[in-house]
Amino acid sequence: MRLNINGRDLEVADSVGERKLIAFLREDLDLTGAKNACDIGACGACTVLLDGEPMKICIKRVRDVAGHRMLTIEGMAAADGTLHPLQRAFVERGAIQCGFCTPGMVLVAHAFLLKNPRPTRDEIRKAINGNLCRCTGYQQIIDAIEEAAAHYRPAPEAAPAGPPSP
Amino acid sequence: MSSSGKAWRNDAHAKVTGGAKYTDDLKFARLLHAAPVYSDFVHARLVRVDTEAAARAPGVVAVLTARDVPGTNRYGQIVRDYRIFADDKVRYNGDVVAMVVAETRDSAIRAGDLVRVEAEPLAAVLDPEEALKPGSPLVHEDLGTNVVNTHRIRRGDVAEGFRQADLVVEESFRTQSVEHAYMEPEVAVGVPRPDGVIEVYGSMQHPFSTRRFVCACLGVPLSGVEVIGTPMGGGFGGKDDTAAVVCARAALAARILGRPVKMMYRRDWSVRESYKRHPYRVAYKMGVTKSGLITAVQCRIVADGGAYCSVTPWVTWRSTVQCCGPYVVDNVHCDTVGVYTNNIVAGAMRGFGSPQMNFVVEQMVEIAAQRLGIPALELRRRNMVRQGSVTITGQRLDTHKVAMGEVLEAVVRESGYEEKLARCSRGRAGGDELYGIGLAMSYRGVSLGAEGTDFCAAMITVQPDGSIILEAGVHENGQGAESAMMIIAAAELGVGVERIRYRRSSTSTIPDSGTTVASRGTIMGGGAVTAAARELKAKIAEAVCAQLQCPAGEVRFAADAALDGTGRRSVAFDEAIRQMYQTQRFPHAFGVFKAPRVTWDEHTGQGDAYFTWVYGCQAVELTVSRKTGKVRLLGAVAAHDVGRAVNREMVRGQFFGGMAMATGYALHEEIRQKDGRIQNQNLNTYRIPRAMDLPEMTAIIVENPDPQSPTGAKALGEPTNEILAPAIANAVFNATGRRELSLPIRLSAAPEEPAEEDCRL
Ligand code: FES
Ligand code: FES
Repeated sequence: MRLNINGRDLEVADSVGERKLIAFLREDLDLTGAKNACDIGACGACTVLLDGEPMKICIKRVRDVAGHRMLTIEGMAAADGTLHPLQRAFVERGAIQCGFCTPGMVLVAHAFLLKNPRPTRDEIRKAINGNLCRCTGYQQIIDAIEEAAAHYRPAPEAAPAGPPSP
Repeated sequence: MSSSGKAWRNDAHAKVTGGAKYTDDLKFARLLHAAPVYSDFVHARLVRVDTEAAARAPGVVAVLTARDVPGTNRYGQIVRDYRIFADDKVRYNGDVVAMVVAETRDSAIRAGDLVRVEAEPLAAVLDPEEALKPGSPLVHEDLGTNVVNTHRIRRGDVAEGFRQADLVVEESFRTQSVEHAYMEPEVAVGVPRPDGVIEVYGSMQHPFSTRRFVCACLGVPLSGVEVIGTPMGGGFGGKDDTAAVVCARAALAARILGRPVKMMYRRDWSVRESYKRHPYRVAYKMGVTKSGLITAVQCRIVADGGAYCSVTPWVTWRSTVQCCGPYVVDNVHCDTVGVYTNNIVAGAMRGFGSPQMNFVVEQMVEIAAQRLGIPALELRRRNMVRQGSVTITGQRLDTHKVAMGEVLEAVVRESGYEEKLARCSRGRAGGDELYGIGLAMSYRGVSLGAEGTDFCAAMITVQPDGSIILEAGVHENGQGAESAMMIIAAAELGVGVERIRYRRSSTSTIPDSGTTVASRGTIMGGGAVTAAARELKAKIAEAVCAQLQCPAGEVRFAADAALDGTGRRSVAFDEAIRQMYQTQRFPHAFGVFKAPRVTWDEHTGQGDAYFTWVYGCQAVELTVSRKTGKVRLLGAVAAHDVGRAVNREMVRGQFFGGMAMATGYALHEEIRQKDGRIQNQNLNTYRIPRAMDLPEMTAIIVENPDPQSPTGAKALGEPTNEILAPAIANAVFNATGRRELSLPIRLSAAPEEPAEEDCRL
């Protein structure tokens, strides 16, 4: 079956389809940005984007994403390592402490800003409500997302340039 | 940098790109996986742990029990009563009886079901008051009692104090067991090295105590194990004992089997086994005069320590020292007892015995004020500690700026407290949403105090090209400790921070510097870094003073150069270092910081308990739905005196994170035990605050540099976490007229059930 991860096509044997998606990414592909913090879909630490929609992968199999485009945190920065404006905002606004929730948080925020580039703070809260963070109280995460919004263009124009977006 | 308004930390880039490697992200060849095996018992005498069937299961390499431990199976920071594997009894439902090691994690987990535990069930004691009664089942028979420890304060004459009072208020309070809920569960990898050393990578906040446990378990000297600092997905005080024992188990399997072994905890294991915040029961009696002077306090504190000692004596000590909150009281009688039960173990958690007491004291002063008919603010101002005040343990507060009033007034101003207080709903008719504002404040002894010895080391080595490697005995818990150390070193050396790389230390490269707990990272580590930087500057000055034509003592460092006293002559930093290497003078320095001495008399509970104190105040606004009892937080303001803010955005982050955790403590969180078994073992049922639960928060950073801290910085991680719960309780009272004396606060009659939305997939 065919996968597409961070803009690259990947052919895998059908037998891999039954494998847990989070194990496949973390162990087989060494894409360890997605974290496993609950294993039951309750915290968002394992979030990736599938066709632009957040997906908690700890409760998914590889076959669930066959034929779709997946973006993981490793695909957010530009090929030369330049951070996406959203990532930069996370760094500069102090939105990162232990960092365990960060990959999922960034991806959820990215999906949200692509759809709603001029959000209120309450809309941001709602967007990240499914992603748990124990360190930050979310305040500076919300600051970062609010600040990065300026780099996203309202629809129907294209998504921001630079990093691959699904 | 720290003043530019942008956050800076050395690990942010790695963390935001997914590149940071936490323990479970590391790869090792021929890695084996270990899983713990629990029993169904809560209290039982072990007869036999039958591992045969499990050992024959597919993929299983070994099943290890207490018999396989070559060194000592028992460990503990204070009392060695916690078992690597249960050996004589099961004392709580999280006791581990065996460990399965297999080629895959799934095989290890599956085979765990095949381990048979034969045991004679014993009557369990699950209530700390019952545990103190004669005839109660004993958790540790050899002790002959369920008392872990006692503390006391005897100050003045309480009988006389109550006689002077015009009003005596008596209330009983209860607080609950809560989980740290660090996002990363416990995980460790043990790796045998060709030279015989076992390397340990793990998510733990105390590499040195971990090494002690691991070495004791393996029966090897401290040099035989190297614990390597690894990025950690949160700790909050919770990754000490249990995390260390997970490391010990992984190391044990690695040593016995000669292959790397990973033990990665599932969330439910983590919740089931790891220690929690102590549940407290507090009976409190306060005497006040008509004009609001507190004349006496008598209290009894009972802390449920669960099955093992952990740090219960230290946690309850802080509760005892701070049992009157930030108020001067001349007559105090306090008795504190830590108790063994068959409940989940209780140990260190952010706040460390203060959130419980603040919940009590900060409501007591408001209850007293309300009954006297005077504003609570007035009562607070009247009794709070000021410059030169003497604390309830007889310590005169005169070595630092006592900023209690300063933080209180800052919050009162910023939140518009007095004007909003007048608008609260209590005692008014109408409206579905009841409005309230509430406030609480505290002072807090910094660092370990008389709880333990306090020292820390740091090392700076300048490389031949002028780049700098810095290392300190503080552990990065996720709070930005490394970045703070780098900023402090750069400032002291007068160089740009980009010159510095922080070398994540291992236990083999730097002397045992104790634990990064008690918010001591910045003050202790920063002190050591400052000392090392000063020593390094002296060495460089020695090398370049001839060239600068001034005595070594006059050489200054700024803008990446060494300068003479006038600033007219200078040698670039790189050039100075080049010359030192040429003349075989090594630009290397080792610095140590020792906390000033503290004193304590166990019998009277008197002494200089902590070498310095911090001051904080928080206010919160909320509404309570008249129909459902649901509390909605509208806004919160906090002011804390941090001494000096080394890394401003990170400091703000500590404010917000601490306050958020406190809202969970106040309103949502509770480890629910049924017959000693935890019912809510994962994040769908143990509910921590989400973005929509929280209000916008305001952080007011107050800076009064502490003369006894080389950097001026004090502490921050814990004070922010210890007063929002009573502020919320006070706001709930001002909204509804209901006094909530138990945590978590539940205003609807129905018990809070896990919200379905939590499980949204
Ligand atoms: S790990 Fe997938 S949602 Fe928690
Ligand atoms: S930064 Fe630690 S969980 Fe979010």
